Amino acid sequence: MNSIICSGFGGQGILTAGLILAKISMDGGKQVSWVPSYGSEMRGGTASCAVKVSDTEIYSPFIKEMNTLVAMNEASVDTFERLVKPGGVLISNATLIQGRTFRSDIKVVEVGATAISEELKNIRGANLVMLGAMIQATGLFTPEFFADGIDAYFDAKGRNTPLNRECYMAGVTAAEQA
Amino acid sequence: MALKLMKGNDALAEAAVRAGCRFFGGYPITPQSEILEYLSKRMPEVGGHFVQSESELAGISMVHGAAAAGFRTMTSSSGPGFSLLQEGISYIASAELPAVIINVQRYGSGLGDIFQAQGDYFQAVKGGGHGDYRMIVYAPASIQENVDFTTLAFDKADEYRNPVLVLSDASIASMMEPVDLPEMHEHDPNKSPHAAKGKGNGPFKRITSTMYYIDDFDTYIKTKYDNMAANEERWEAVQVADAELVLVAYGITSRICKEAVMLAREKGIKLGLIRPITLWPFPAKAFKALPDTVASFMTVELSPMPMIQEDVLLSLDTRKPVHNFLAGMNIPEPIDIVEKAADCIKQTAKGACNG
Repeated sequence: MNSIICSGFGGQGILTAGLILAKISMDGGKQVSWVPSYGSEMRGGTASCAVKVSDTEIYSPFIKEMNTLVAMNEASVDTFERLVKPGGVLISNATLIQGRTFRSDIKVVEVGATAISEELKNIRGANLVMLGAMIQATGLFTPEFFADGIDAYFDAKGRNTPLNRECYMAGVTAAEQA
Repeated sequence: MALKLMKGNDALAEAAVRAGCRFFGGYPITPQSEILEYLSKRMPEVGGHFVQSESELAGISMVHGAAAAGFRTMTSSSGPGFSLLQEGISYIASAELPAVIINVQRYGSGLGDIFQAQGDYFQAVKGGGHGDYRMIVYAPASIQENVDFTTLAFDKADEYRNPVLVLSDASIASMMEPVDLPEMHEHDPNKSPHAAKGKGNGPFKRITSTMYYIDDFDTYIKTKYDNMAANEERWEAVQVADAELVLVAYGITSRICKEAVMLAREKGIKLGLIRPITLWPFPAKAFKALPDTVASFMTVELSPMPMIQEDVLLSLDTRKPVHNFLAGMNIPEPIDIVEKAADCIKQTAKGACNG
């Protein structure tokens, strides 16, 4: 059972990141659930979603303590860092989260996702950079399998561009070097 | 069959379309508005009719009309909107017409709030409208069950010629899980045995009689509801064979309880779970089938006061303690459920337990 929380400002594509993760995991034969943060968060401020990926039946879809946190902004770290299980993974968007001391009992991967997506001229692809780093750091799936899943996801929507895969792969590379 | 990742409300709406529902009348309210949004787009694609009515009362009345014309038909609401449907539901039951009603539960009385809750239990299962009627009430716990029970609701509504309620909640409404959707089913309104087509022509064309009470109506209607009660109980029992305490929870809460049962078993605490799938008829048979090891029960409910407790007590042949874990507006943690249950097991052994 893998519990993942994706969190960030509304508009950073955080719900979509979780959705892409759930979709590719489902296509990869896993049991999945996706629960969005709900209520006033939807109307501004920090949004998040809770994704479970499992080989067996998922009972509760809710997550208190997670294996992996994908944090796109500072507020996400404030809220969720303490709830990452010891030995878990935190992917931190280093463009917006700077000068922080993280917990020492978790694996922290700092990736300048927002800056990388700007360099690649796909500013809305920062969430894909984060996903790339997450897949690389957790080994949840092979990076190539997940990259194909990202292409399939956007192809199905009829609006894919090679930049999506590039953003994702840049995240993989950044996590390798981190 | 390829699985599709769908949001609870969307999957429920698609299931209605695939069950042959071709008329929807209703009014938006969080957390069920996506059902309307989805159907406003989908109904025209399949030659169906979608009306955003001026009120819930108008919506349920349109559903009454569509049902009388032989259509498979549905409305959906939540909270205060569900209260407004009650008069129409009573009328549809009285006219013995099939219809599917969806209540995506939200928290509180009055305006309440938009997050998940289970406080509409009494209104749903004890009859929210006036008079002598009952409805089968299904409680889905996953997106797949939103699909399966909505499909079943249309079949049962036709079978008994009675409204059927699907009681979802805000969390099931907004979460996503993989679903296996059924094939498209077409329903011909003209072939519905109850379709009112009119008799004769001219100014005195008669659509329906003004009085519908037949001889010995009391026995007739009681038999109908007795048959529903006897034949439609559904439940899921988890690890009850040697359980000392059995949790009772429905819908989304039952999934948290399942996790609590597994957690308890790892610690050697003998918990089981009965998950009512039909809330009416309440699955009394599930309780009669329990082994003697079960000394007490604990309901787990998303409301500040106990509701299912009453039906658990009515289902027991011998008096046993029925405790409550009342999560109110908060999603309960499995570990907290296990700890309280363990405490209740100890207290029951001593002969007392608070709440």
